[in-house]
Amino acid sequence: MNAAESAWVPLALSLKVAGWATLVDLVLGIGLGLLLARGRFPGRELLDAVLTLPMVLPPTVLGYYLLVLVGKRGWLGAWLHEQFGIQLIFTWQGAVIAASVVALPLVLKSARAAFEAVEPQLEDAGRVLGLSEAAVFLRVTLPLAWRGILAGTLLAFARSLGEFGATLMVAGSIPGRTQTLSVAVYEAVQAGQDGVANVLVAITSFTCIAVLLLAGRLLPGRTLR
Amino acid sequence: MRSIRPILIARRAAALTLALMATGLAHAADVTVSAAASLTQAFKALAPAFEARHPGTKVLLNFAASDALLAQIAKGAPADVFASADQETMDRAQAQQLIAAGSRRNFANNALVLIAPADSRLVLAALSDLKQPGVRRIALGQPSGVPAGRYAKGALEAARLWGDVEPKAVYAQNVRQALDYVARGETEAGFVYATDAAVQKDKVKVVATVPTETPIRYPLAVVAAGPNAAAGRAFADFVLSPAGQAVLARHGFQAP
Repeated sequence: MNAAESAWVPLALSLKVAGWATLVDLVLGIGLGLLLARGRFPGRELLDAVLTLPMVLPPTVLGYYLLVLVGKRGWLGAWLHEQFGIQLIFTWQGAVIAASVVALPLVLKSARAAFEAVEPQLEDAGRVLGLSEAAVFLRVTLPLAWRGILAGTLLAFARSLGEFGATLMVAGSIPGRTQTLSVAVYEAVQAGQDGVANVLVAITSFTCIAVLLLAGRLLPGRTLR
Repeated sequence: MRSIRPILIARRAAALTLALMATGLAHAADVTVSAAASLTQAFKALAPAFEARHPGTKVLLNFAASDALLAQIAKGAPADVFASADQETMDRAQAQQLIAAGSRRNFANNALVLIAPADSRLVLAALSDLKQPGVRRIALGQPSGVPAGRYAKGALEAARLWGDVEPKAVYAQNVRQALDYVARGETEAGFVYATDAAVQKDKVKVVATVPTETPIRYPLAVVAAGPNAAAGRAFADFVLSPAGQAVLARHGFQAP
């Protein structure tokens, strides 16, 4: 198998994992972002801090937390295994969990800032015109906050694509099943296969640059052409 | 005036940072030892014993899979001693002229074992038992980068079982990660060295000793481009001395 062929499988897997992780983060990020922007409850800033932790904690710490939590003997993992026979460790779904935890703060932070920037008068205007709360959210708040959320989402996608430490600890390195691009790079370098590493590194870099350029164009404060 | 001060502050900050970083750099008297992951406990015990005999020399230990250590040394990592878990990796180091001529010596032997979580209820006594459906995942070192994985793959191929094991294989980055996977119960079985299994003997049980095609013999050598070759040679000598061998024996390694 040549270097280009061996790069295709981890790339496809990385895109799948990053795609799912981003989707999970988008849903969670919008929900929690709205809660943090609009909710008035004790411990709000503490919740924000806890949810932002993955951005500052070493990935190995997160990997260990996840291993202890969703491992076969972890308190959530043991329950899942007994009730449903689900084992998350060494599966691509496990990699999705690792990536989504690591990337969640990126969506959450942007979503919270975007929701806070929405003028309450505009929402009130919607209410006065007879829109339900759900309709106000879907037709006023979300469209106004959308660009900020989207920029955060793209960053989350790039971060998920590059996730390594926690993924390696939770999902392991099974070629074709859990061996993502970043893990494949690590393994190629360890085995001294510089040719494979070069191809994988180039693919990862170009994908992330493309995502960052796209995110840059969507950042609030710039005009869309 | 206004533009000068930030530059001054930046300069002072840079000087301070460099001074702080320099205190962390290796001193001339330090000896850096890159050793296979399976040697972790044994070499951590060897280091203070060596330091006691060579006052002023500090041993810096770097553990990883043998192939990873070789890749680091090939890229110019400042190691003085390289201790590998197999002959093949050292052969490659020799072929790339990374080790000092005549410094290669075997210093310990080990055995490959099949392990299972201590509370496993599966009947595992021979390699062929890995075929049973109850064994869903098997941890072993990545054969392309971890000697313990190569030994395991070789033994399974010799037993004509690789085709059954490969779909269940979970590859670890070094032998200790494979040990950890089994100890946490994430895989039903795994391949590690006898000395590794002893490190977690309350969490894993040895179910079989696996015959390998070539004996598991650990070589060490002085790195040709090492910054402190003299201390490197002294450390290598110490590992092979009766005192060094006694430490290795205490950690379950056999004499070479």
